[in-house]
Amino acid sequence: MSIDTDTARRVAKLARIKVEDDALPALAGEFNAILGFIEQLNEVDVDGIEPMTSVTPQRLKRREDVVTDGGYQEKVLANAPDAREGFFAVPKVVE
Amino acid sequence: MTELTRFTIAEARDKLRAGDVTSTELTQACLDEIDKADALGAFVHKTPEIALKQAEAADARIQGGAENPMCGIPLGIKDLFCTQGVPSQAASNILDGFKPEYESTVTTQLWQAGSVMLGKLNMDEFAMGSSNETSTYGNAVNPWRRGNDEAALTPGGSSGGSASAVAADLCLAATGTDTGGSIRQPAAFVGITGLKPTYGRVSRWGIIAFASSLDQAGPMTKSVRDAAIMLGAMAGHDPKDSTSADIPVPDFEAAITGDIRGKKIGIPKEYRMDGMPEEIEKLWADGTAMLRDAGAEIVDISLPHTKYALPTYYVIAPAEASSNLARYDGVRFGRRASLAQGDGITEMYEKTRAEGFGAEVQRRVMIGTYVLSAGFYDAYYNRARKVRALIKRDFDLAFEAGIDAILTPATPSAAFGLGEMADADPVQMYLNDVFTVTVNLAGLPGISVPTGLDAQGLPLGLQLIGRPWEEGDLLNIAASLEGAAGFVAKPASWW
Repeated sequence: MSIDTDTARRVAKLARIKVEDDALPALAGEFNAILGFIEQLNEVDVDGIEPMTSVTPQRLKRREDVVTDGGYQEKVLANAPDAREGFFAVPKVVE
Repeated sequence: MTELTRFTIAEARDKLRAGDVTSTELTQACLDEIDKADALGAFVHKTPEIALKQAEAADARIQGGAENPMCGIPLGIKDLFCTQGVPSQAASNILDGFKPEYESTVTTQLWQAGSVMLGKLNMDEFAMGSSNETSTYGNAVNPWRRGNDEAALTPGGSSGGSASAVAADLCLAATGTDTGGSIRQPAAFVGITGLKPTYGRVSRWGIIAFASSLDQAGPMTKSVRDAAIMLGAMAGHDPKDSTSADIPVPDFEAAITGDIRGKKIGIPKEYRMDGMPEEIEKLWADGTAMLRDAGAEIVDISLPHTKYALPTYYVIAPAEASSNLARYDGVRFGRRASLAQGDGITEMYEKTRAEGFGAEVQRRVMIGTYVLSAGFYDAYYNRARKVRALIKRDFDLAFEAGIDAILTPATPSAAFGLGEMADADPVQMYLNDVFTVTVNLAGLPGISVPTGLDAQGLPLGLQLIGRPWEEGDLLNIAASLEGAAGFVAKPASWW
């Protein structure tokens, strides 16, 4: 499978990474090199094999669905690039 | 005072307890060495005030009869670990200025044990790299050189700063993390010991995530015994990490008995790669002979899916990374790109991530996005998870057949020069992890032990792979190999 510049543009958009148009051909070339390497996996017979979900055969612990932590708004906001009046601030998203 | 910084953890522990040295003296000696070693690019955030305060507290505890072997030991901490109030930015520009309001579980446990934080250590950005060349701080440099050649060599990656700092005796030991070889490969490149524990042995909470099903933190130390001591302080169940194992932490140091008679050591034929340098072949054969001489039984084994480990890794790790790194969006932490008039929230995300992530991180996030996207999920991601199951089954079958540990080379070469791989395609760099990545995919413990020097005088290491949760047994076999190899070389100081 070969990736063209349009696909590279679409992937960059999905990943929310701005890539200038003139950088797309080189990016597509790198993707193709990596995906070409990955294509080897098609040689493997995986019939009847379940995809791995957990590397150790353990069941994740469960707990009551209750609040166990919280109550530190200031700490949560301390590293925000822009925080105002107790909220994260972002560019306007609704008119 | 430089002699003090050359101590192993075990030596320092004994001298601290005997009252021959104080933690404050040890810590000050390390801080002095660190200040002289900026050319190594290892320590990227120094924390002398915290260190001296912790050392003073440790001295008081030791006087009061503190029993923890890590008490008073000065350590370096990889920048991937969140440390409260101290910059923790995964060597990425996107986390510039980030000072966590919390402390990772591993570092919390180390400070509770009485250890001392000297500062934060360089690494590849978000732990994505094998040469420490993707760091926003610039390169970390290997203290070793090729004879009289002054060319700067890589300390490996991603835990390159940790490797450089321990090898150059700037600290007694350091934390590392390992997703595909990021503890073991740099350890081998600088002639120290690096242990990746069983997945789930050490809590991942508060460690900036790369690929959550593969990431595991571990010790990087000057000896196998030190790795055992330090792992004891790092390990344990943590309710804040649902994948951390709720099983007891044994006394790993006590497992080092020196007796490996009757142990079955597997030699996997698939690790004998085409074009493997003769020096690596010889290193491996010599290591095999050392274990045989120590009374182990050497068994030829097969791990047939080995060649598919790297391609599997380069689906699974980017897929998980694209998901984990979605949080860096310029809203909650780190830096936000400056925006033009009229830019909306999408432009904010796109510009922030384009400016904040380096080229390798961008590449992996986009590859991950692609293999998880509609139409490709089955062909790439699900297929890789199936092959991963087969890779793990190879190991399961070997262990079921009675193998106690598997001996392989740690890396396909000695340390290469910084910049030497700049023109290579990304896949060439990925081949560095060819011997280590299987271990992460199978969730197993693996340790890299320095056992020799190449013709240019650079260290080379062997890897031992153990049964799940049997780090104690693995460390015992590693200690036997270490003792037989007698690796004592140190880099000559030029920094």
